[in-house]
Order: sequence, then structure tokens, then C-alpha cells
Amino acid sequence: MRKAQKVKKVKLGKLAKREARMGYIFVLPWIIGAVLFLIVPLIQSFQYSLADIKITPKGMKIDFVAFENFTQIWLEDAEYPLALGGYFWETILSVPIIVVFALLIAMFLNQKIRCKGLFRLIFFLPVIIVSGPVMNMLSSQGAATIPSMNVAAIRSALEGFLPYYIASGFSDVFSNMIMILWYSGVQILIFLSALQKIDSSLYEAAKIDGGSGWECFWKITLPTIKPMILLNAVYTVIFLSNNEQNNIINIIQNAMFAGNKGYGYASAMAWMYAIVQTIIVAIVAVLLLTRKDAYDKQVKRRKKELRKQNRTLRRIRRRNRRKEKSVSSLSKSKGNVAWHTIRKNSMTLGKNGGEEHEKA
Amino acid sequence: MKKHNIISIENKRPRVNKDKLRKLLLGTKEKKGLLNQLFLYSLLICIGFVYLYPLLYMISKSFMSLEDLLDTSISWIPSKLNFGNYLKAARSMDYLKTFLQSVIVAGIPTLLNVIVCSFVGYGFARFEFKGKKLMLGILIFSFILPPQITMMPTYVLFNNLKLVGKLQSFLIPALLGQGLNAQIFILIFYQFFKLVPKVLIEAAHIDGAGFFRSFLRISVPSAKPAYITVFLFSLVWYWNESYLTQLYVSGVYIKGTLSTLIIKLKQFDVNYNTMQTVEGVATSNNESIRMAATLLSILPVLIMYFIMQRSFVESIDRTGITGE
Repeated sequence: MRKAQKVKKVKLGKLAKREARMGYIFVLPWIIGAVLFLIVPLIQSFQYSLADIKITPKGMKIDFVAFENFTQIWLEDAEYPLALGGYFWETILSVPIIVVFALLIAMFLNQKIRCKGLFRLIFFLPVIIVSGPVMNMLSSQGAATIPSMNVAAIRSALEGFLPYYIASGFSDVFSNMIMILWYSGVQILIFLSALQKIDSSLYEAAKIDGGSGWECFWKITLPTIKPMILLNAVYTVIFLSNNEQNNIINIIQNAMFAGNKGYGYASAMAWMYAIVQTIIVAIVAVLLLTRKDAYDKQVKRRKKELRKQNRTLRRIRRRNRRKEKSVSSLSKSKGNVAWHTIRKNSMTLGKNGGEEHEKA
Repeated sequence: MKKHNIISIENKRPRVNKDKLRKLLLGTKEKKGLLNQLFLYSLLICIGFVYLYPLLYMISKSFMSLEDLLDTSISWIPSKLNFGNYLKAARSMDYLKTFLQSVIVAGIPTLLNVIVCSFVGYGFARFEFKGKKLMLGILIFSFILPPQITMMPTYVLFNNLKLVGKLQSFLIPALLGQGLNAQIFILIFYQFFKLVPKVLIEAAHIDGAGFFRSFLRISVPSAKPAYITVFLFSLVWYWNESYLTQLYVSGVYIKGTLSTLIIKLKQFDVNYNTMQTVEGVATSNNESIRMAATLLSILPVLIMYFIMQRSFVESIDRTGITGE
């Protein structure tokens, strides 16, 4: 199938051409949108971040100031670098909690239990009502902590052996525990539907071979849903970043309209924020990206070896042929008899040489 | 006689022996034991309670009068049902008008979002053209990119076009496939339309249907679950969006004409205090009234969720994110 398409690529038929044109027509709204609301703003925003922008009655005045915005944020802004660090810590801490929790709940719900629908209903409920202002209202009333959890005790215990900065990140996570659990609704459902698609005959086979539930989890469940873990982790990072509970996006919005900061300053903030978020996504991706399994690796190594051998063989043959040529040109002048003997010698020599090569 | 004796002996044997009890409690390889089940259910119920705790707290607090709030002996159940908080909150939020406005602000962009995303998703799924891989890459990249980066130039653009504070600033991106979370929706439709057999569409072409007709008559009806999913999620996400709505539609400095319940909730304290000073209402703002306002602002989506719960909960199964 793929090969056929590749052949087509050389010269498109009339039908294929028309189909491609229709494809462009269908995607056209998105292309325009992407240029208008993604690529152009991206370039402009980069330009803004390197400029000081003043809004005058005549319009916008853009002064190029190179990296002044960035240095100003790092050196003079008291709030933003701290907020950025706090965001980094909290996200790194909450992503594993959310993903592991979602996986646990999904595993519970995947078993044969009654009222499965009801539980699913409860665990998905937060997705419907979660929004910045609602969350702010709830957490300001203290409804976001698990009632019997003593956050102050945890905090003081952590501060005993951790630096203040890290400890405060931990205790923030604990004091907003319910909110963090609330964010895992979509993840639970994704895991659940992935778990239901695992072939049950795999588990039966493992059970016959004497595998316990614990082993089944590590050897069958986890490898099968690994791509979903990556998906969920990335989704969680993005969700946490664009959530209004996250203080940074509010700082950026305030900076946008503040008299002494303006668009340029806010753009620089947004770029730094994007870089931090990308770093987090990259960390998650590197940790969870599916590696090739051991068998694949072995096959690859073997193929590589084979190719190397072939190459050396070919090289040896080529060398022999070259020798032959030079010898034959020599022998033509001398006569036939001598040529025969020399050729024989060179053949054996070549063979020996080849074997030696292979051994090496 | 003898037979009877045997039976009586058998009856005297203890019914529950140790082995059976162990099997019942701890379970065998085939069946989960009673203890196991008990543990599972209690854990699930505990977590379920933790999940519902903020909601229950909200409901309980919203019915309390000021005396109940101050009374330390009352923690959960108010002394009497008190709807005064709801009335005050609703008046301060201008509930009915704001509710209708929220329906407009969430509903119309959602409709556009659904239509355009299905269109684009079909284009990606059905046709082969140059640069498709690159475009899909850009699509995913734009999902990871925080919207704060493109926010400022877009705001400037809308400001120059005098669209800030109007609904058009939401409609135009939605019309061009850049609505709220449109990337996810395009990918959902992409997955779905890929599953529609190509043979069906080719048969329609042979019978003389054009590209649009085969899309409308064959692909759209078969993707009904995807449409429902995208519609519901888009509606809920637009409803709950406050950051961008405040920036573009209701306006931060340029006051727009439209507002939503969520934004009113965000500005609740300020609004309530002005109402209080203007109208001279006796009771000052307290947490009961705030909780009542919170509940009021999420009530419409909550009701929708309980009516449409099946479509919500099963939506992710049907979208095929997890691969078929």
C-alpha cells in the first residue's frame, strides 16, 4: 500500500491530484487560522519580547531594546522568577501524583465491582465543574484540603530536613490535595478505557504459568498502557499550566495592562514561561518514551554486524580484483604461463587475507 | 435406621471449616475474597467521599444563616433551610440575564468549533496531500504551546479591529479552527473519520456524489458519537473558561456588554459590595453567600451532566484516543 503511494508520488494521477486539492480545501480554514492566530502572533510576540512597547494616542510605539526585558525580569522583578520556580516544582510534584492516582483508581474500577457506573460518575464530576474562579472560591474557604489531614504537621516535619523552598512546594501540594485529585478525571477515563482493551487471554496465560497479580501488573498491564501514561502525563502538564489556579498566567495578564510593564514585558514573561513548560514536557517525555525492547535491540545489533561483514567482504573482493588487473596487465607483456601461476598465488593470498580480516 | 444415623453424623459436622473460611475471606485465584472486596469498596467509598467533599461542603455552607456560621456546634447540617443566601447571590450576579449571556458565549463558539473541527479533521483523515505530516506536527505543537505567548499579539489585533469586548473575538478563532482546545477536537475527529471505511465513500463517488456530499451523507452520520462528545466538552470548556473570556469578551479595561456566570463569580466580592452600598442591604458578604454563588454558577453544567452523564462518561471510550 505504502509502496503504491510512493510510486504515485513521482507523478500524481488526475484523481490523486483532485483529491489532494480537496484535502487542502477541507483543511483550509485551519491553515488560515494557524497562520493568523499561531504563526504570525508567534513571530510578533518574539518581536514584542525584545522591545519596549508604549501605547500612545497615535498607536503603538515599539522600541527595540534587545534582551532588556529578560534581564529586567530576572534582576529586578521580585515576584516572577520565584513564581516560575514554584510552578516548576509544583508541576513536577503533582504530575506523578495525578498520574499514579488516576492509574490506581482506573485499576480499581476495572475490576468486577458493583456500582461501577456510579463511581465513574463521581470521579468524572470534577471535569465538569472545574474552573479557575470556582477553585479559588473553594480553596479560599479551606474546602480543598482533606479534612483529617494535618497539613501544618506535615509542613513542619518536612521543613526539618528539606530546604525551605522545596518543603513549601511539598506542603502546597498537600494543602491542595483534593484539587490535585480533582484534576485526574479525564486521566482516569483514559486509563480505564485503555485497561479494558488489554487482551484478557494474556492474563489467563500468565495465570496458568503461575504468575501472581503483582507480576501480571508489572509484566503485562504496565507495558501495555505505557503510551497512555505518556499521553496522560503530557495532558496533565498542559492542563496544570493553563489552569487559572496557576498564578503565573495571572501575573502575565496583569503585566500586560500595567503602566510600567506593558506588552513587551509580558511577552518576555510568556516566553520564559513557555520555555519552562517545554522543559517539563521534555522531562516527562524522556522519562516515559517507550524504549525499544531487548529483542529489538539484539536484532538491530545483529543486522549491523552483518552489514559490517558484508562491507569487509566486498572490500576484500574489490582489492583482489584490483590486484588481478594489475597482475594481468603485467602478465600480458610477459606471457600466458607466468600469468597463470601468479594468478593462482594471488587467489590463495586473497583468501587468506580475507579470513584474517574476518577473524579480526 | 442405619442410613438415618449417617445423615445425622453428617449434619453434626461443622458446616464452616477452616479451609472454607479462609477461601471465603482471602479468595482463590479465580475469585476475589470477601476481605479483598471489603477493602476495595471501602477504599473506593473513601476516595469518592474525598472527591465529593468540596461539593458537599459547598451545599451545606450555602444553606447556613449567619448565626449557624458563627455557632461552633454546627458543622454540617444547618439549623433550618435558608434560601436567603441564594436570593442575595442571584441578585448580585444578575442571575437570569447573566445565565442567558453565558449560554450565548459558550454556545455559539461551541457550534462553530464542532462544525469547523469536524471539517478539518475529515480533511486530515480522508485525503493525502503534501505537507500533511508537517501540519499535524504544527497542530500538536500548538496544543503544547501556552496560549499566553500568542495572547498579546492577538489582543492587539482584535483591539485594532475594535473587536475586544464583543463575541466576535471568540467566533473568529473558532471559525478558523483555533477555538478553545480545538486541537484536541480535531484529533478526535481525525481518529474517528479514519475508521470510516474508504470503500463506502468510493461507492458514493461511483454513484455520483461529490466530495462534500459524501462527507455530509456518509461520514457525518457515522461519526455521531464523536459529534456528541466534542459538543459536550466544548460547551463545558467554554462555560468554565474565565481567563480568555475575561480578556477578549467581557474585557479587562474596555468593558464589554457580555459577561458569564463564571466571570461574575470571579468578581463576586466587588459586585456584592457595590450592591450592598447602593441598595443598603443589611447583611454583609460572608462565606455562605459566596458558596451559594459558586453553586449557582456551576448549577447549569451540573444539571446537564446528570442528564447527559452516559454520553460524558462513555465519551472517551468512544473517541478512540486509546487506539482501536
